[in-house]
Amino acid sequence: MYGNDFAASGGELLDQVADAERELRAAADRSVRGGSDEETYFTELVAADQKIEPRDWMPDGYRKTLIRQIAQHAHSEIIGMQPEANWLTRAPTLKRKAILLAKVQDEAGHGLYLYAAAETLGVSRDTLYDLLLAGRQKYSSIFNYPTLSWADVGAIGWLVDGAAIVNQVPLCRCSYGPYARAMIRICKEESFHQRQGYEILYTLAHGTPGQKEMAQDAVDRWWYPSLAMFGPPDTDSTHSAQSMAWKIKRFSNDDLRQRFVDMCAQQATVLGLTIPDPDLRWNPDRGAYDYTAPDYAELMEVIRGNGPCNRARMANRRAAHEDGAWVREAAAAYAAKHAAPAAPTAEAVHA
Amino acid sequence: MSGFEFVLGLGDDALVAAQRLAQWCARAPELEEDVALANIALDQLGAARLLLGYAGELEGEGRDEDALAYLRTDREYRNVLLVELPDRDFAVLMAKLLFLSAWQRLRYEDLAAGDDERLAGIAAKAVKESAYHLDHSALWTVRLGDGTDESHARMQRAVDEVWPYTHELLAEAPHLRANWLSTVDGVLAEATLRRPDDGWRPGGGRDGRHTEALSYLLAEMQVLHRAYPGARW
Repeated sequence: MYGNDFAASGGELLDQVADAERELRAAADRSVRGGSDEETYFTELVAADQKIEPRDWMPDGYRKTLIRQIAQHAHSEIIGMQPEANWLTRAPTLKRKAILLAKVQDEAGHGLYLYAAAETLGVSRDTLYDLLLAGRQKYSSIFNYPTLSWADVGAIGWLVDGAAIVNQVPLCRCSYGPYARAMIRICKEESFHQRQGYEILYTLAHGTPGQKEMAQDAVDRWWYPSLAMFGPPDTDSTHSAQSMAWKIKRFSNDDLRQRFVDMCAQQATVLGLTIPDPDLRWNPDRGAYDYTAPDYAELMEVIRGNGPCNRARMANRRAAHEDGAWVREAAAAYAAKHAAPAAPTAEAVHA
Repeated sequence: MSGFEFVLGLGDDALVAAQRLAQWCARAPELEEDVALANIALDQLGAARLLLGYAGELEGEGRDEDALAYLRTDREYRNVLLVELPDRDFAVLMAKLLFLSAWQRLRYEDLAAGDDERLAGIAAKAVKESAYHLDHSALWTVRLGDGTDESHARMQRAVDEVWPYTHELLAEAPHLRANWLSTVDGVLAEATLRRPDDGWRPGGGRDGRHTEALSYLLAEMQVLHRAYPGARW
Protein backbone atom coordinates (compact mmCIF):
# COMPACT_ATOMS: atom_id res chain seq x y z
CA MET A 1 0.00 0.00 0.00
CA TYR A 2 2.80 2.46 0.79
CA GLY A 3 5.61 3.43 -1.50
CA ASN A 4 9.08 2.13 -0.76
CA ASP A 5 10.45 5.60 -0.34
CA PHE A 6 7.95 6.26 2.37
CA ALA A 7 8.76 3.08 4.25
CA ALA A 8 12.45 3.96 4.02
CA SER A 9 12.23 7.42 5.52
CA GLY A 10 9.62 6.33 8.08
CA GLY A 11 11.93 3.51 9.11
CA GLU A 12 14.93 5.80 9.37
CA LEU A 13 13.11 8.12 11.74
CA LEU A 14 11.98 5.22 13.88
CA ASP A 15 15.59 4.01 14.00
CA GLN A 16 16.54 7.40 15.39
CA VAL A 17 13.86 7.02 18.08
CA ALA A 18 15.28 3.60 18.98
CA ASP A 19 18.79 5.12 19.13
CA ALA A 20 17.53 7.81 21.48
CA GLU A 21 15.98 5.15 23.68
CA ARG A 22 19.30 3.26 23.87
CA GLU A 23 21.13 6.50 24.63
CA LEU A 24 18.69 7.22 27.44
CA ARG A 25 19.49 3.88 29.05
CA ALA A 26 23.22 4.33 28.57
CA ALA A 27 23.03 7.79 30.12
CA ALA A 28 21.42 6.33 33.21
CA ASP A 29 24.40 3.97 33.64
CA ARG A 30 27.10 6.61 33.22
CA SER A 31 28.10 8.56 36.24
CA VAL A 32 29.37 12.08 36.29
CA ARG A 33 31.72 13.22 38.97
CA GLY A 34 29.89 15.89 40.93
CA GLY A 35 31.20 19.40 40.29
CA SER A 36 32.09 21.84 42.98
CA ASP A 37 28.68 23.50 42.90
CA GLU A 38 25.19 22.90 41.51
CA GLU A 39 25.69 24.94 38.40
CA THR A 40 28.91 23.19 37.48
CA TYR A 41 27.27 19.85 38.10
CA PHE A 42 24.36 20.80 35.79
CA THR A 43 26.75 21.92 33.05
CA GLU A 44 28.78 18.73 33.38
CA LEU A 45 25.69 16.56 33.20
CA VAL A 46 24.52 18.27 30.01
CA ALA A 47 28.02 18.14 28.49
CA ALA A 48 28.24 14.41 29.22
CA ASP A 49 24.85 13.84 27.48
CA GLN A 50 23.31 12.72 30.72
CA LYS A 51 19.71 13.48 31.57
CA ILE A 52 18.60 16.20 33.94
CA GLU A 53 15.92 14.83 36.25
CA PRO A 54 13.26 16.71 38.26
CA ARG A 55 15.27 16.37 41.49
CA ASP A 56 18.37 18.03 39.96
CA TRP A 57 19.19 21.70 40.29
CA MET A 58 18.64 23.56 37.02
CA PRO A 59 18.95 27.20 35.92
CA ASP A 60 15.69 29.15 36.05
CA GLY A 61 15.93 29.88 32.35
CA TYR A 62 16.24 26.16 31.57
CA ARG A 63 13.15 25.41 33.66
CA LYS A 64 11.16 28.25 32.09
CA THR A 65 12.16 27.31 28.56
CA LEU A 66 11.12 23.71 29.14
CA ILE A 67 7.81 24.66 30.72
CA ARG A 68 7.04 26.97 27.81
CA GLN A 69 8.00 24.39 25.22
CA ILE A 70 6.38 21.33 26.82
CA ALA A 71 3.17 23.25 27.60
CA GLN A 72 2.96 24.55 24.05
CA HIS A 73 3.44 21.03 22.81
CA ALA A 74 0.74 19.66 25.17
CA HIS A 75 -1.69 22.42 24.16
CA SER A 76 -1.01 21.63 20.49
CA GLU A 77 -2.05 18.02 21.04
CA ILE A 78 -5.30 19.12 22.66
CA ILE A 79 -6.22 21.87 20.20
CA GLY A 80 -5.00 19.60 17.40
CA MET A 81 -7.82 17.18 18.17
CA GLN A 82 -10.37 19.68 16.82
CA PRO A 83 -9.53 19.84 13.10
CA GLU A 84 -9.57 16.04 12.90
CA ALA A 85 -12.57 15.53 15.17
CA ASN A 86 -14.31 17.75 12.60
CA TRP A 87 -14.31 14.72 10.24
CA LEU A 88 -14.87 11.91 12.74
CA THR A 89 -18.62 11.88 12.33
CA ARG A 90 -18.36 12.06 8.52
CA ALA A 91 -15.51 9.62 7.84
CA PRO A 92 -16.33 7.87 4.55
CA THR A 93 -16.05 4.25 5.75
CA LEU A 94 -16.36 2.59 9.15
CA LYS A 95 -12.74 1.47 8.99
CA ARG A 96 -11.55 5.04 8.37
CA LYS A 97 -13.76 6.23 11.21
CA ALA A 98 -12.19 3.68 13.57
CA ILE A 99 -8.62 4.61 12.56
CA LEU A 100 -9.32 8.33 12.96
CA LEU A 101 -10.97 7.81 16.35
CA ALA A 102 -7.92 5.88 17.53
CA LYS A 103 -5.69 8.66 16.25
CA VAL A 104 -7.58 11.46 17.98
CA GLN A 105 -7.61 9.37 21.15
CA ASP A 106 -3.81 9.05 20.91
CA GLU A 107 -3.59 12.83 20.74
CA ALA A 108 -5.53 13.22 23.98
CA GLY A 109 -3.14 10.64 25.46
CA HIS A 110 -0.10 12.60 24.21
CA GLY A 111 -1.56 15.70 25.84
CA LEU A 112 -1.77 13.77 29.11
CA TYR A 113 1.86 12.56 29.02
CA LEU A 114 3.11 16.01 28.12
CA TYR A 115 1.17 17.80 30.86
CA ALA A 116 2.58 15.16 33.25
CA ALA A 117 6.12 15.90 31.98
CA ALA A 118 5.51 19.64 32.53
CA GLU A 119 4.22 18.94 36.05
CA THR A 120 7.64 17.49 36.97
CA LEU A 121 8.94 21.06 36.56
CA GLY A 122 6.65 22.30 39.31
CA VAL A 123 3.69 23.70 37.41
CA SER A 124 0.21 22.13 37.56
CA ARG A 125 -1.87 21.08 34.58
CA ASP A 126 -4.67 23.41 35.75
CA THR A 127 -2.30 26.37 35.73
CA LEU A 128 -1.11 25.57 32.21
CA TYR A 129 -4.67 25.07 31.10
CA ASP A 130 -5.67 28.46 32.48
CA LEU A 131 -2.73 30.05 30.65
CA LEU A 132 -3.91 28.47 27.39
CA LEU A 133 -7.50 29.57 27.90
CA ALA A 134 -6.35 33.08 28.78
CA GLY A 135 -4.35 33.16 25.53
CA ARG A 136 -1.07 33.55 27.43
CA GLN A 137 0.43 30.31 26.16
CA LYS A 138 0.48 29.25 22.53
CA TYR A 139 -0.19 26.09 20.59
CA SER A 140 1.06 25.20 17.12
CA SER A 141 -0.30 27.67 14.57
CA ILE A 142 -0.97 24.91 12.08
CA PHE A 143 -4.19 24.04 13.91
CA ASN A 144 -5.60 27.45 13.08
CA TYR A 145 -6.23 26.31 9.52
CA PRO A 146 -9.58 24.66 8.68
CA THR A 147 -10.16 21.05 7.58
CA LEU A 148 -12.43 21.62 4.59
CA SER A 149 -12.49 18.14 3.08
CA TRP A 150 -11.79 14.52 4.00
CA ALA A 151 -8.48 14.80 2.14
CA ASP A 152 -7.41 17.37 4.74
CA VAL A 153 -7.38 14.52 7.27
CA GLY A 154 -4.89 12.80 4.96
CA ALA A 155 -2.85 15.98 4.49
CA ILE A 156 -2.70 16.54 8.26
CA GLY A 157 -1.38 13.02 8.72
CA TRP A 158 1.15 13.18 5.92
CA LEU A 159 2.37 16.79 6.19
CA VAL A 160 1.49 18.04 9.68
CA ASP A 161 2.30 14.81 11.52
CA GLY A 162 5.28 14.36 9.19
CA ALA A 163 6.62 17.80 10.16
CA ALA A 164 5.86 17.05 13.80
CA ILE A 165 7.93 13.85 13.62
CA VAL A 166 10.89 15.60 12.00
CA ASN A 167 10.68 18.21 14.76
CA GLN A 168 10.13 15.72 17.56
CA VAL A 169 12.54 12.89 16.81
CA PRO A 170 15.51 15.02 17.96
CA LEU A 171 13.56 15.84 21.14
CA CYS A 172 13.82 12.16 22.08
CA ARG A 173 17.44 13.12 22.90
CA CYS A 174 16.50 16.24 24.87
CA SER A 175 18.60 16.79 27.99
CA TYR A 176 15.53 16.83 30.24
CA GLY A 177 14.73 13.18 31.08
CA PRO A 178 10.92 13.30 31.49
CA TYR A 179 10.49 15.18 28.20
CA ALA A 180 12.84 12.82 26.33
CA ARG A 181 10.95 9.79 27.65
CA ALA A 182 7.54 11.25 26.74
CA MET A 183 8.82 12.07 23.25
CA ILE A 184 10.07 8.53 22.62
CA ARG A 185 6.60 7.17 23.31
CA ILE A 186 4.90 9.90 21.28
CA CYS A 187 7.17 9.53 18.23
CA LYS A 188 6.39 5.84 17.97
CA GLU A 189 2.67 6.65 17.77
CA GLU A 190 3.16 9.63 15.46
CA SER A 191 4.76 7.39 12.90
CA PHE A 192 1.48 5.42 12.68
CA HIS A 193 -0.38 8.73 12.33
CA GLN A 194 1.75 9.86 9.44
CA ARG A 195 1.30 6.53 7.72
CA GLN A 196 -2.50 6.66 7.97
CA GLY A 197 -2.48 10.15 6.45
CA TYR A 198 -0.22 9.06 3.62
CA GLU A 199 -2.46 6.07 2.98
CA ILE A 200 -5.59 8.25 2.85
CA LEU A 201 -3.93 10.51 0.28
CA TYR A 202 -2.55 7.59 -1.71
CA THR A 203 -6.01 6.04 -1.96
CA LEU A 204 -7.60 9.35 -2.97
CA ALA A 205 -4.86 10.13 -5.49
CA HIS A 206 -5.49 6.76 -7.12
CA GLY A 207 -9.28 7.01 -6.91
CA THR A 208 -11.84 8.87 -9.03
CA PRO A 209 -10.89 12.20 -10.67
CA GLY A 210 -12.98 13.98 -8.03
CA GLN A 211 -11.08 12.25 -5.23
CA LYS A 212 -7.70 13.06 -6.78
CA GLU A 213 -8.74 16.70 -7.08
CA MET A 214 -9.75 16.67 -3.41
CA ALA A 215 -6.31 15.28 -2.46
CA GLN A 216 -4.39 17.82 -4.56
CA ASP A 217 -6.45 20.69 -3.17
CA ALA A 218 -5.62 19.57 0.37
CA VAL A 219 -1.87 19.37 -0.36
CA ASP A 220 -2.04 22.80 -2.03
CA ARG A 221 -3.54 24.33 1.12
CA TRP A 222 -1.44 22.49 3.75
CA TRP A 223 2.04 22.60 2.19
CA TYR A 224 3.20 26.09 3.16
CA PRO A 225 1.54 26.14 6.60
CA SER A 226 3.35 22.81 7.26
CA LEU A 227 6.71 24.34 6.27
CA ALA A 228 5.97 27.19 8.65
CA MET A 229 5.61 24.67 11.52
CA PHE A 230 9.42 24.68 11.86
CA GLY A 231 9.22 28.27 13.03
CA PRO A 232 10.89 31.45 11.79
CA PRO A 233 14.12 31.24 9.78
CA ASP A 234 17.29 30.76 11.83
CA THR A 235 18.24 34.40 11.40
CA ASP A 236 15.07 35.46 13.29
CA SER A 237 14.68 32.65 15.84
CA THR A 238 14.68 34.09 19.34
CA HIS A 239 15.03 30.99 21.51
CA SER A 240 17.35 28.82 19.45
CA ALA A 241 20.94 29.47 20.55
CA GLN A 242 20.40 28.97 24.28
CA SER A 243 18.16 25.92 23.69
CA MET A 244 20.89 24.34 21.56
CA ALA A 245 23.48 24.98 24.28
CA TRP A 246 21.22 23.31 26.85
CA LYS A 247 20.63 20.39 24.47
CA ILE A 248 16.89 20.94 24.58
CA LYS A 249 17.06 21.59 20.87
CA ARG A 250 19.51 19.73 18.62
CA PHE A 251 19.01 21.17 15.14
CA SER A 252 18.11 24.60 13.82
CA ASN A 253 14.68 25.44 12.38
CA ASP A 254 16.03 25.66 8.85
CA ASP A 255 17.92 22.35 9.11
CA LEU A 256 14.76 20.56 10.18
CA ARG A 257 12.68 22.31 7.51
CA GLN A 258 15.15 21.13 4.86
CA ARG A 259 14.99 17.56 6.15
CA PHE A 260 11.17 17.70 5.89
CA VAL A 261 11.21 19.11 2.34
CA ASP A 262 13.63 16.38 1.20
CA MET A 263 11.43 13.68 2.72
CA CYS A 264 8.17 15.03 1.23
CA ALA A 265 9.55 15.74 -2.25
CA GLN A 266 10.26 12.03 -2.71
CA GLN A 267 7.03 10.84 -1.13
CA ALA A 268 4.90 13.20 -3.26
CA THR A 269 6.18 11.47 -6.40
CA VAL A 270 5.04 8.10 -5.08
CA LEU A 271 1.70 9.61 -4.08
CA GLY A 272 1.21 11.04 -7.56
CA LEU A 273 0.51 14.50 -6.11
CA THR A 274 2.24 17.79 -6.83
CA ILE A 275 3.84 19.95 -4.16
CA PRO A 276 2.67 23.50 -4.95
CA ASP A 277 6.14 24.97 -5.38
CA PRO A 278 7.33 25.59 -8.96
CA ASP A 279 10.88 26.13 -7.65
CA LEU A 280 11.13 22.82 -5.86
CA ARG A 281 14.03 20.94 -7.45
CA TRP A 282 16.96 18.73 -6.50
CA ASN A 283 20.19 20.64 -6.06
CA PRO A 284 23.09 18.20 -6.54
CA ASP A 285 25.62 20.70 -5.16
CA ARG A 286 23.83 20.95 -1.85
CA GLY A 287 22.59 17.34 -1.91
CA ALA A 288 19.16 18.68 -1.00
CA TYR A 289 16.05 20.14 -2.59
CA ASP A 290 15.80 23.87 -3.23
CA TYR A 291 12.39 25.18 -2.22
CA THR A 292 10.36 28.33 -1.72
CA ALA A 293 10.22 29.47 1.90
CA PRO A 294 6.78 29.80 3.49
CA ASP A 295 5.29 33.23 4.00
CA TYR A 296 6.65 34.13 7.43
CA ALA A 297 4.52 37.27 7.58
CA GLU A 298 1.47 35.02 7.39
CA LEU A 299 2.93 32.81 10.14
CA MET A 300 3.38 35.85 12.38
CA GLU A 301 -0.16 36.98 11.65
CA VAL A 302 -1.56 33.55 12.61
CA ILE A 303 0.59 33.52 15.78
CA ARG A 304 -0.88 36.93 16.63
CA GLY A 305 -4.34 35.32 16.57
CA ASN A 306 -5.46 36.22 13.08
CA GLY A 307 -5.49 32.82 11.36
CA PRO A 308 -8.74 31.50 9.89
CA CYS A 309 -9.62 29.38 12.96
CA ASN A 310 -7.82 30.87 16.01
CA ARG A 311 -11.03 32.24 17.46
CA ALA A 312 -13.11 29.15 16.75
CA ARG A 313 -10.51 26.74 18.22
CA MET A 314 -10.21 28.75 21.42
CA ALA A 315 -13.97 29.27 21.68
CA ASN A 316 -14.52 25.50 21.40
CA ARG A 317 -11.85 24.79 24.02
CA ARG A 318 -13.35 27.34 26.40
CA ALA A 319 -16.87 26.03 25.82
CA ALA A 320 -15.76 22.44 26.58
CA HIS A 321 -14.05 23.67 29.73
CA GLU A 322 -17.01 25.76 30.89
CA ASP A 323 -19.65 23.16 29.97
CA GLY A 324 -17.68 20.57 31.91
CA ALA A 325 -17.21 22.68 35.04
CA TRP A 326 -20.27 21.26 36.83
CA VAL A 327 -19.03 17.71 36.10
CA ARG A 328 -15.56 18.37 37.54
CA GLU A 329 -17.11 20.10 40.57
CA ALA A 330 -19.38 17.09 41.11
CA ALA A 331 -16.43 14.68 40.94
CA ALA A 332 -14.51 16.79 43.47
CA ALA A 333 -17.53 17.05 45.79
CA TYR A 334 -18.12 13.30 45.59
CA ALA A 335 -14.46 12.55 46.32
CA ALA A 336 -14.50 14.91 49.32
CA LYS A 337 -17.66 13.32 50.74
CA HIS A 338 -16.28 9.83 50.39
CA ALA A 339 -12.71 10.49 51.50
CA ALA A 340 -11.62 8.72 54.66
CA PRO A 341 -13.24 10.59 57.57
CA ALA A 342 -10.87 13.03 59.23
CA ALA A 343 -9.77 12.33 62.79
CA PRO A 344 -12.27 13.88 65.22
CA THR A 345 -11.33 17.35 66.37
CA ALA A 346 -10.76 18.02 70.05
CA GLU A 347 -14.04 19.87 70.18
CA ALA A 348 -15.95 16.97 68.71
CA VAL A 349 -14.34 14.54 71.15
CA HIS A 350 -15.40 16.67 74.09
CA ALA A 351 -18.88 17.36 72.82
CA MET B 1 -28.44 -19.34 12.84
CA SER B 2 -29.77 -15.88 13.62
CA GLY B 3 -31.93 -13.73 11.39
CA PHE B 4 -30.61 -10.80 9.36
CA GLU B 5 -32.95 -8.29 11.03
CA PHE B 6 -31.95 -9.40 14.52
CA VAL B 7 -28.19 -9.05 13.93
CA LEU B 8 -28.77 -5.83 12.04
CA GLY B 9 -30.61 -4.41 15.07
CA LEU B 10 -27.70 -5.21 17.39
CA GLY B 11 -25.24 -3.72 14.89
CA ASP B 12 -27.29 -0.56 14.43
CA ASP B 13 -27.50 -0.08 18.22
CA ALA B 14 -23.72 -0.19 18.45
CA LEU B 15 -23.13 1.99 15.37
CA VAL B 16 -25.53 4.77 16.37
CA ALA B 17 -24.14 4.70 19.94
CA ALA B 18 -20.61 5.04 18.49
CA GLN B 19 -21.65 7.97 16.32
CA ARG B 20 -23.16 9.84 19.29
CA LEU B 21 -20.05 9.14 21.41
CA ALA B 22 -17.77 10.36 18.63
CA GLN B 23 -19.60 13.70 18.72
CA TRP B 24 -18.11 14.23 22.20
CA CYS B 25 -14.57 14.06 20.91
CA ALA B 26 -12.51 17.12 21.98
CA ARG B 27 -15.33 18.46 24.17
CA ALA B 28 -15.39 16.16 27.22
CA PRO B 29 -15.31 17.72 30.72
CA GLU B 30 -11.69 16.65 31.23
CA LEU B 31 -8.87 15.18 29.19
CA GLU B 32 -9.04 11.73 30.80
CA GLU B 33 -12.71 11.61 29.81
CA ASP B 34 -11.88 12.44 26.20
CA VAL B 35 -9.66 9.36 26.19
CA ALA B 36 -12.32 7.19 27.88
CA LEU B 37 -15.18 8.27 25.61
CA ALA B 38 -13.10 7.73 22.47
CA ASN B 39 -12.25 4.30 23.80
CA ILE B 40 -15.90 3.41 24.37
CA ALA B 41 -16.82 4.79 20.94
CA LEU B 42 -14.11 2.58 19.41
CA ASP B 43 -15.48 -0.48 21.20
CA GLN B 44 -19.02 0.22 19.99
CA LEU B 45 -17.78 0.89 16.47
CA GLY B 46 -15.72 -2.32 16.50
CA ALA B 47 -18.75 -4.39 17.57
CA ALA B 48 -20.92 -2.60 14.98
CA ARG B 49 -18.51 -3.48 12.17
CA LEU B 50 -18.46 -7.17 13.11
CA LEU B 51 -22.24 -7.31 13.51
CA LEU B 52 -23.02 -5.44 10.30
CA GLY B 53 -20.51 -7.57 8.39
CA TYR B 54 -22.21 -10.69 9.68
CA ALA B 55 -25.70 -9.28 8.97
CA GLY B 56 -24.64 -8.64 5.38
CA GLU B 57 -23.54 -12.24 5.02
CA LEU B 58 -26.80 -13.50 6.50
CA GLU B 59 -28.75 -11.39 4.04
CA GLY B 60 -26.69 -12.78 1.15
CA GLU B 61 -27.17 -9.86 -1.20
CA GLY B 62 -23.59 -8.66 -1.23
CA ARG B 63 -23.98 -5.72 1.17
CA ASP B 64 -20.92 -5.18 3.35
CA GLU B 65 -20.57 -3.13 6.57
CA ASP B 66 -20.27 0.13 4.63
CA ALA B 67 -23.21 -0.54 2.32
CA LEU B 68 -25.32 -1.19 5.39
CA ALA B 69 -24.02 1.76 7.37
CA TYR B 70 -23.93 4.40 4.64
CA LEU B 71 -26.61 3.48 2.14
CA ARG B 72 -29.69 2.89 4.27
CA THR B 73 -32.20 5.59 5.23
CA ASP B 74 -33.38 6.15 8.78
CA ARG B 75 -36.52 4.12 7.95
CA GLU B 76 -34.26 1.14 7.24
CA TYR B 77 -32.24 1.48 10.44
CA ARG B 78 -33.20 -1.02 13.16
CA ASN B 79 -31.61 0.49 16.30
CA VAL B 80 -33.58 1.16 19.49
CA LEU B 81 -34.51 4.82 20.00
CA LEU B 82 -32.41 5.16 23.17
CA VAL B 83 -29.08 5.24 21.30
CA GLU B 84 -30.12 7.97 18.86
CA LEU B 85 -31.33 10.47 21.49
CA PRO B 86 -29.22 13.64 21.39
CA ASP B 87 -26.84 14.08 24.35
CA ARG B 88 -28.12 17.35 25.72
CA ASP B 89 -25.43 17.26 28.42
CA PHE B 90 -22.93 14.91 30.04
CA ALA B 91 -25.62 13.55 32.40
CA VAL B 92 -27.81 12.44 29.48
CA LEU B 93 -24.79 10.81 27.84
CA MET B 94 -24.07 8.86 31.03
CA ALA B 95 -27.70 7.87 31.67
CA LYS B 96 -27.93 6.48 28.14
CA LEU B 97 -24.61 4.68 28.47
CA LEU B 98 -25.56 3.19 31.85
CA PHE B 99 -28.85 1.76 30.59
CA LEU B 100 -27.38 0.61 27.29
CA SER B 101 -24.22 -1.01 28.66
CA ALA B 102 -26.11 -2.79 31.48
CA TRP B 103 -28.32 -4.14 28.70
CA GLN B 104 -25.59 -4.96 26.19
CA ARG B 105 -23.61 -6.81 28.84
CA LEU B 106 -26.53 -9.17 29.58
CA ARG B 107 -27.49 -9.49 25.95
CA TYR B 108 -23.98 -10.31 24.76
CA GLU B 109 -23.49 -12.69 27.69
CA ASP B 110 -26.60 -14.54 26.58
CA LEU B 111 -25.55 -14.61 22.92
CA ALA B 112 -22.01 -15.70 23.79
CA ALA B 113 -23.54 -18.90 25.20
CA GLY B 114 -25.94 -19.32 22.26
CA ASP B 115 -26.02 -21.76 19.32
CA ASP B 116 -24.95 -19.32 16.62
CA GLU B 117 -21.19 -19.74 16.82
CA ARG B 118 -20.37 -16.72 14.72
CA LEU B 119 -22.55 -14.45 16.83
CA ALA B 120 -21.25 -16.11 20.00
CA GLY B 121 -17.71 -15.16 19.01
CA ILE B 122 -18.61 -11.53 18.41
CA ALA B 123 -20.62 -11.38 21.65
CA ALA B 124 -17.84 -12.97 23.72
CA LYS B 125 -15.50 -10.14 22.73
CA ALA B 126 -18.13 -7.43 23.14
CA VAL B 127 -19.29 -8.58 26.58
CA LYS B 128 -15.92 -7.72 28.14
CA GLU B 129 -16.10 -4.25 26.65
CA SER B 130 -19.69 -3.77 27.88
CA ALA B 131 -18.57 -4.60 31.41
CA TYR B 132 -16.06 -1.73 31.20
CA HIS B 133 -18.66 0.64 29.72
CA LEU B 134 -20.99 -0.27 32.57
CA ASP B 135 -18.29 0.38 35.18
CA HIS B 136 -17.46 3.71 33.64
CA SER B 137 -21.03 4.95 33.33
CA ALA B 138 -21.97 3.63 36.79
CA LEU B 139 -19.02 5.49 38.30
CA TRP B 140 -20.09 8.77 36.71
CA THR B 141 -23.79 8.25 37.54
CA VAL B 142 -22.83 7.81 41.19
CA ARG B 143 -20.43 10.79 41.22
CA LEU B 144 -22.95 13.07 39.54
CA GLY B 145 -25.94 11.80 41.55
CA ASP B 146 -24.09 12.10 44.84
CA GLY B 147 -21.94 15.12 43.88
CA THR B 148 -23.27 18.68 44.08
CA ASP B 149 -26.90 19.87 44.14
CA GLU B 150 -26.58 20.90 40.52
CA SER B 151 -25.12 17.59 39.36
CA HIS B 152 -27.75 15.67 41.34
CA ALA B 153 -30.55 17.64 39.69
CA ARG B 154 -29.04 17.21 36.22
CA MET B 155 -28.46 13.47 36.68
CA GLN B 156 -31.99 12.90 38.01
CA ARG B 157 -33.44 14.83 35.10
CA ALA B 158 -31.37 12.79 32.64
CA VAL B 159 -32.50 9.51 34.20
CA ASP B 160 -36.12 10.70 34.08
CA GLU B 161 -35.79 11.68 30.41
CA VAL B 162 -34.09 8.52 29.22
CA TRP B 163 -35.96 5.99 31.38
CA PRO B 164 -39.04 5.61 29.10
CA TYR B 165 -36.75 4.51 26.25
CA THR B 166 -35.43 1.54 28.25
CA HIS B 167 -38.75 -0.29 27.79
CA GLU B 168 -38.00 -0.83 24.13
CA LEU B 169 -34.71 -2.55 25.06
CA LEU B 170 -36.26 -4.73 27.71
CA ALA B 171 -39.30 -5.76 25.65
CA GLU B 172 -36.99 -7.73 23.41
CA ALA B 173 -35.70 -10.24 25.94
CA PRO B 174 -38.00 -10.17 28.96
CA HIS B 175 -36.00 -12.93 30.66
CA LEU B 176 -33.13 -10.48 31.19
CA ARG B 177 -35.31 -7.78 32.73
CA ALA B 178 -34.96 -8.75 36.41
CA ASN B 179 -31.18 -8.91 36.15
CA TRP B 180 -30.98 -5.56 34.31
CA LEU B 181 -33.22 -3.90 36.89
CA SER B 182 -31.16 -5.15 39.77
CA THR B 183 -27.94 -3.76 38.21
CA VAL B 184 -29.52 -0.40 37.39
CA ASP B 185 -31.34 -0.14 40.74
CA GLY B 186 -28.08 -0.73 42.57
CA VAL B 187 -26.36 2.11 40.71
CA LEU B 188 -29.30 4.53 41.11
CA ALA B 189 -29.51 3.79 44.84
CA GLU B 190 -25.79 4.42 45.35
CA ALA B 191 -26.16 7.61 43.32
CA THR B 192 -29.01 8.74 45.61
CA LEU B 193 -31.25 8.92 42.54
CA ARG B 194 -34.88 7.89 42.27
CA ARG B 195 -35.92 5.26 39.75
CA PRO B 196 -38.66 6.88 37.62
CA ASP B 197 -42.16 5.42 37.53
CA ASP B 198 -43.03 3.37 34.49
CA GLY B 199 -45.48 5.07 32.19
CA TRP B 200 -44.85 6.24 28.64
CA ARG B 201 -43.22 3.53 26.51
CA PRO B 202 -41.92 4.96 23.24
CA GLY B 203 -40.75 2.37 20.69
CA GLY B 204 -40.71 1.46 17.02
CA GLY B 205 -36.96 1.60 16.35
CA ARG B 206 -36.72 -2.07 15.45
CA ASP B 207 -39.40 -1.45 12.81
CA GLY B 208 -37.68 1.62 11.38
CA ARG B 209 -39.89 4.22 13.07
CA HIS B 210 -37.42 6.56 14.77
CA THR B 211 -37.28 9.90 16.50
CA GLU B 212 -36.66 13.03 14.43
CA ALA B 213 -33.03 12.94 15.55
CA LEU B 214 -31.91 9.88 13.58
CA SER B 215 -32.27 11.37 10.12
CA TYR B 216 -29.93 14.23 11.09
CA LEU B 217 -27.42 11.84 12.63
CA LEU B 218 -27.37 9.74 9.45
CA ALA B 219 -27.25 12.78 7.17
CA GLU B 220 -24.02 13.82 8.85
CA MET B 221 -22.57 10.32 8.93
CA GLN B 222 -23.41 9.51 5.28
CA VAL B 223 -22.84 12.84 3.52
CA LEU B 224 -19.36 12.20 2.16
CA HIS B 225 -19.86 8.54 1.29
CA ARG B 226 -23.04 9.35 -0.65
CA ALA B 227 -21.45 12.29 -2.48
CA TYR B 228 -18.98 9.96 -4.26
CA PRO B 229 -21.02 6.91 -5.31
CA GLY B 230 -18.91 3.80 -5.77
CA ALA B 231 -15.64 5.45 -4.68
CA ARG B 232 -13.02 3.58 -2.64
CA TRP B 233 -11.61 5.30 0.42
